[in-house]
Amino acid sequence: MDLLSTRKLDAYYGDSQVLFGVDFEIERGEIAALVGANGAGKSTLLKTVCGLLRAPREAVRFAGEPIGGLAPGRIVRRGIALVPEGRRLFPSLSAEENLMMGGYVKRAGPWKLDSVYRLFPRLQQRRAHPAASLSGGEQQMVAIGRALMSNPQLLICDELSLGLAPVVVKEIYQALEQVCRDGVTAVIVEQDVAVAQRVSRRLYCMQEGRITLHGLSSELTRERISRAYFGV
Amino acid sequence: MLSFLDTLVQGVLLGGLYALFALGQSLLFGVMRLTNTAHGDFIILSAFVAWSLAVVTGSPWLALIVLLPLAFAGGYLLQRLVLNGTIGKDPMRSLVVTFGLAIVIQNVLQQIYTADPRSIDSGGLNTATFQLAEGFSIGALPLLIFAAALALTVGLQLLFDRTDLGRAFRAVSDDREAAELMGLDHRHVYALATGIAFLVVAFAGTLHGMKTTVSATDGPSLLLYAFEAVIIGGMGSFYGTLVGGMLLGVTQDIGFRIDPGWGIWTGHVVFLGALLLRPSGLFPRTR
Repeated sequence: MDLLSTRKLDAYYGDSQVLFGVDFEIERGEIAALVGANGAGKSTLLKTVCGLLRAPREAVRFAGEPIGGLAPGRIVRRGIALVPEGRRLFPSLSAEENLMMGGYVKRAGPWKLDSVYRLFPRLQQRRAHPAASLSGGEQQMVAIGRALMSNPQLLICDELSLGLAPVVVKEIYQALEQVCRDGVTAVIVEQDVAVAQRVSRRLYCMQEGRITLHGLSSELTRERISRAYFGV
Repeated sequence: MLSFLDTLVQGVLLGGLYALFALGQSLLFGVMRLTNTAHGDFIILSAFVAWSLAVVTGSPWLALIVLLPLAFAGGYLLQRLVLNGTIGKDPMRSLVVTFGLAIVIQNVLQQIYTADPRSIDSGGLNTATFQLAEGFSIGALPLLIFAAALALTVGLQLLFDRTDLGRAFRAVSDDREAAELMGLDHRHVYALATGIAFLVVAFAGTLHGMKTTVSATDGPSLLLYAFEAVIIGGMGSFYGTLVGGMLLGVTQDIGFRIDPGWGIWTGHVVFLGALLLRPSGLFPRTR
């Protein structure tokens, strides 16, 4: 059964419509990738799922329950955590305090400070440093760790590789794949189509607020993805 | 030499009172960037409520004990029902609303208590002194007020730096939307901050009312001292606020010694000087 699904989801910024009848599904245990040009509506879709934008109750379903339009705090308590675009760490809090904020909702599960430090050993040495003083890669690790601290069933990652060196991106995705092997489902938004296709089992392509292509990542050709991506 | 020491000590003790006025403001600013222009009036309001409670209970300390939970609840509800609606990118709304509250409080107090100044009966504590040397004595009440300011400063700073609630305060202050994604309800967190700020206001009002006379329209001048102490010390640092209050107190006391009419304005001059030389304050929060 689908862990998360949206049905004919529309979304608006004020009066302008930015999502048009989006149907999106992800099964438990898989990684789904969402690709598309800037402004295609990927972040809007994620924000709507996380409750930062309004949606009709039945338009978003998670673990069999309608969750559209719930407040972000209610949604994280049900087990969806977001790693936001640009990381959005609390700059004046230390790395460890950031992680602890992620554990604010105290859902039961395997993710605690220890397990995050096991996943990202570098963070252990940097635990007392203010988040603002960490390197970009370390900040991204804190952002992922912070999301994991709520013990989510579904981890949503918006632009993990943004502004990071390729070697760091590789390290981060290796960690993510490890997390998903341990039972977390993930949605990733990724600019780099090659990375997205390699990491994910299922791939969605968005353009101008609509899903223009979806299928199993292994079965989609680069050509079809490019066409759906650029609309040519 | 002794007179210099006397000035310094009396100034520092006066500064304790100013810090007490300022700590609540400092907390609200640190958590939600809210400048409560009715802050002074809430101190006066709590002084009058404490006065009434002291008349009923017969003791200023019993009055304070009764006042504290009322103040916390009042602060929580004020934030939840009124101020949360004014917080946003535009600081004008909260300024206008709290300015309006200030006028309402002043008029309600005049209506109920008349314009006569009153003082809370401290049972002689306000005249008790410790004589340290010939011509150099310390008032028991100013010393108590300073101790209270010191304890509340340390307490608030520890709360902010070391507790779960303090971490939530800082997180909401850093990035409200991200904090909501962690499951925090910022309206509740803000309301807790205001509740705690009003606990400090209750202390400030009660002790101020014991030390001197208060009248219904005193609030704005208290706000000014509080505001100056916060700015001199640096926004968002409680230790800074305490030091800012002490600096203000010492300067005013030096001014008073030179000429009784000089005290207040020498304080303002130092505030303006601090604003010119260190606009972000002595101990700005590292950002």
